[in-house]
Amino acid sequence: MTAQVSGGVTALDVDRIRNDFPVLSRELPGGRPLVYLDSGNSSQKPVQVVETMREHLSMHYSNVGRAMHVLGAESTEAYENARDKVAAFVGAPSRDEIVFTKNASEALNLVAYAFGNPAGSDERFRMGPGDEIVISEMEHHSNIVPWQLLAQRTGATLRWFPVTDDGRLDLSGIGDLVNERTKIVSIAHQSNVLGTVNPVADVLARVRDVGALLMLDASQAVPHHPADFAALGVDFVAFTGHKMLGPSGIGVLWGRRELLDAMPPFLGGGEMIEAVWMDRSTYAPVPHKFEAGTPPIVEAIGLGAAVDYLNAVDMRAVEAHERALTAYALDALREIPGLRVIGPTTLESRGGTVSFTLEGIHPHDVGQILDDSFGVAVRVGHHCARPLHLRFGIPATTRASFYLYNTTGEIDALVRGLHYVQKVFA
Amino acid sequence: MIAESMYQELILEHYKHPQGRGLREPYDAEVHHVNPTCGDEITMRVKLGDGGKVEDVSYDGQGCSISQAAASVLHELASGSTVEETLGVVEEFTRLMQGRGQVEPDEDVLGDAVAFAGVAKFPARVKCALLAWMAYKDALVRSTT
Repeated sequence: MTAQVSGGVTALDVDRIRNDFPVLSRELPGGRPLVYLDSGNSSQKPVQVVETMREHLSMHYSNVGRAMHVLGAESTEAYENARDKVAAFVGAPSRDEIVFTKNASEALNLVAYAFGNPAGSDERFRMGPGDEIVISEMEHHSNIVPWQLLAQRTGATLRWFPVTDDGRLDLSGIGDLVNERTKIVSIAHQSNVLGTVNPVADVLARVRDVGALLMLDASQAVPHHPADFAALGVDFVAFTGHKMLGPSGIGVLWGRRELLDAMPPFLGGGEMIEAVWMDRSTYAPVPHKFEAGTPPIVEAIGLGAAVDYLNAVDMRAVEAHERALTAYALDALREIPGLRVIGPTTLESRGGTVSFTLEGIHPHDVGQILDDSFGVAVRVGHHCARPLHLRFGIPATTRASFYLYNTTGEIDALVRGLHYVQKVFA
Repeated sequence: MIAESMYQELILEHYKHPQGRGLREPYDAEVHHVNPTCGDEITMRVKLGDGGKVEDVSYDGQGCSISQAAASVLHELASGSTVEETLGVVEEFTRLMQGRGQVEPDEDVLGDAVAFAGVAKFPARVKCALLAWMAYKDALVRSTT
């Protein structure tokens, strides 16, 4: 059965989708069913992705780009096809702007290492004392630490947007924060803790005024919303495969072609070169300039299959489904006494990640009992966003994150579990 | 309901009503230990008396029920005991926690701390249980040197 939702999008058929994810019907020790509410951490994989990877490894595998035989040609074609698929999926103007990395962290580091690098000469990437880097208080550690390291290497100053009490980016000081000394601003498109979707256009307008660059960590956005990087108008976007039904070990950097061309290489090695002498080298054109060594071949192909799967479901339907789940969850969690949502409590500019605290009960105890007693898998801790937790004066939160295969019944299980947790600690 | 073997009534009691909590004067040594993976932390002070007597173990901290209850139980076991005796308990407690649930605990040595036996089956939580006990061991070393 399918139903129409607004905009002519066919609502997704959750039962059918769940059949593609065998793990969702497995039994945990003690006969508990699995309730997987941890996709913001890493998503599960459909059989189509697993089968594509198995088939490639079994019948077509070889190294890419250099092997002069049938298998080499087949592997190269499959690997490069994956790049085409990803480029189309995110609305990249050119396939050559899609750089495969091992994860989003590497993509962020790749850009950070382009700055203040004597191997490059482009003015936009020159960085030293007096220059400024801007991030935000809601960032994942992977969008904090690379910039801290860059500031240490170059003497530049690291600054950040604060976060408001309701979990929004505080833009009130943007005029001072983003200024003529700013070289790059790098923020999350969607927060991995708060669920907040940040106002990219507002930030971008200021970034353009001052001639800086804007990078997005879209690890939590690309898996859950239709993406159109060209329309976004930013300079760089990092995201990762394992949160969007693909395997781990494959991430993506998208960058505007002329910027990627102007940047020095990140890692040196095979396949990223044009010619090598003993004392110097010239480099391959992008994207290969940034793909040193044998890449994660089968992982990239798996990501291509994940993109095919998401396209078949339709990202607009994925977004609508998660929006309905988030509305349901926010309503249901409101009924639990002592529960405080950390992040927006309305659906406005918000994705399907809901973090909360339970008064008097540590998140590790919450997570343990939810898992052991109800098979509910959530994430507990600071979710690699310790500064954000310090901002809210809490050591940790419990986080439920939803994806296309989740149901309202699973949110009911979470709520039942939370009531039971409160009973244990009453 | 596997967790029930971990969340023993005694652990929950100590968590809800921690014994000897709060930092006190005088003390011979103060240590601060942190579990970086979950952010649990504890500050612990030890005051020793004549003949290796442990006069007071005071502490403050934050964290999950397991880490906080372990500190409370430790306070009860150590206060009024001796350095030698308590080191024996620490040793047995560590052996139990690191035994992956395969170690038969010596209840005569452990006393109330035997309630933590179930935690050993949860590798991710063993560090929670050990936090206060490792801090205590560290504080003893610093008190006597």
